Amino acid sequence: MAEWVSLAEAVASNVRDGDCVAMEGFTHLIPFAAGHEIIRQRRRSLSLIRMTPDLIYDQLIGAGCAEKLTFSWGGNPGVGSLHRFRDAVENDWPVPLAIEERSHSDLANAYVAGAANLPFAVLRGYTGSDFARVNDRIRSITCPFTGEVLAATPAVRPDVTVIHAQKADWKGNVLLWGILGVQKEAVLAAKRVIVTVEERVRSLDAAANACILPSWVVTAVCEVPRGATPSYAHGYYDRDNVFYRAWDSISRDRERFSAWIDRHVLQTESFANYLKLQNDPRVQAVYS
Amino acid sequence: MSTAYTADEMMTVAAARMLRNGAVCFVGIGLPSTAANLARLTHAPDAVLVYESGPIGAKPSVLPLSIGDGNLAETADTVVSTPEIFRYWLQGGRIDVGFLGAAQLDRFANINTTVVGPYAKPKVRLPGAGGAPEITSSAKEVLIVVKQSKRTFVEKVDFVTSVGFLAGGDSREQAGLTGKGPVAVITDLCILRPDPISRELKVATIHPGVDREMIASNCGWQIQFDENCTQTEPPTEEGLRVLRDLKARTAAAHGVEGEAA
Repeated sequence: MAEWVSLAEAVASNVRDGDCVAMEGFTHLIPFAAGHEIIRQRRRSLSLIRMTPDLIYDQLIGAGCAEKLTFSWGGNPGVGSLHRFRDAVENDWPVPLAIEERSHSDLANAYVAGAANLPFAVLRGYTGSDFARVNDRIRSITCPFTGEVLAATPAVRPDVTVIHAQKADWKGNVLLWGILGVQKEAVLAAKRVIVTVEERVRSLDAAANACILPSWVVTAVCEVPRGATPSYAHGYYDRDNVFYRAWDSISRDRERFSAWIDRHVLQTESFANYLKLQNDPRVQAVYS
Repeated sequence: MSTAYTADEMMTVAAARMLRNGAVCFVGIGLPSTAANLARLTHAPDAVLVYESGPIGAKPSVLPLSIGDGNLAETADTVVSTPEIFRYWLQGGRIDVGFLGAAQLDRFANINTTVVGPYAKPKVRLPGAGGAPEITSSAKEVLIVVKQSKRTFVEKVDFVTSVGFLAGGDSREQAGLTGKGPVAVITDLCILRPDPISRELKVATIHPGVDREMIASNCGWQIQFDENCTQTEPPTEEGLRVLRDLKARTAAAHGVEGEAA
């Protein structure tokens, strides 16, 4: 059964140095509050997995939390590059970052395989591309029925998956809607699961086929309003496009990035305090 | 309004025209998304726009800034999970057209969005594959929209992220790829189509105001012109009006220019 705890407690007891961690959310419901808490608790040597690293992993990578990244598209959506990710890959700053690069279709299939307790994913993919040349975990398998050669890639089995959702009830049953990405599969593929939610409600009042994660597949659930900002939570708040754009200049320079992480994450006690700081007009003026 | 238009507008309008009404189109973010939505708002109201984040039949009133914007979900016929998009809808053979961009492209329309320079020590680390490798292999056909320059049109791509016609000729079929591959590349200067035999891209139509020298000097290989090469039809007033309205609505909604990277 999921336990209702603070985000600080959830990270302290479930995310360990060296863990393989997946924090999913496809543009929508990205668990930024949890990402900040991992930075705040100074986790190191994490092996991060995420289809679209986005700003959340740019922050974790720049803060020195990661030693490996498995991903399929590493950009700032609608803006351009992830500068901390690029600096780590191109210049080993602040620490070298090993990368395992795959395609969206592959990683989506690999999460499904993980959730289904299978060792690998099978897909029609990568034919003619250079991926297998640089990633020896992208292999092939021959169909025993037709003889067709298909791509075979290892299942994703995180130690911890972290997602953000709209609601959970008092028992810890979680409801999410809108763009669902691979969150359900990432949760079911993991050993431990942290879910942050916009609100704790008496009853989920959801339709029979809604995407509900039963309490007993979740380890820790935490109420963190606006916990996905600057991404968005459908039905609650919009994507903060101004911040996504501002991140381009905040993250471009090592000193400016480090100062930002210090002031906004390491020196704030919680995500609520981070949000308070973000709403400070003097801080806002820097972004505009 | 003025009928003068920019090279970018010509490119977007020309790309939009390529999408036929009713086609099921897997849409990349940025230029492809702009062109696909322009098509939907003009001659192709029944085009079905599919985004890799899960929306099927999205009808956004403003352009999405990211591939998973909320207005895609709100306006879609249905929203499915990302594994389902790739497994049932793309690999399942339900996509007529993949509409993509590129960072680098070679004469056989192979796409690189991974690295500039050697993979282990890249000069520029690009975002990577996203959904493109399986879109170029599994969609029934592919349209590519990309601004033309020596930086983008290269003799040899540094990394094959998503395949076009591989080494040309029948090498795509030999590799066992199911889809037909790229049928057109739309740039800010011209429209290229693959030669039916060699599969090398050849200039099929030249945008108004552009000459052969401009096209050749913005290409990293010795570019060929089709013997029946003609001029691209200029944008109509209506097409330009709809495109500009869409961009203005987008800028107002996002507070930023609505064109993704």
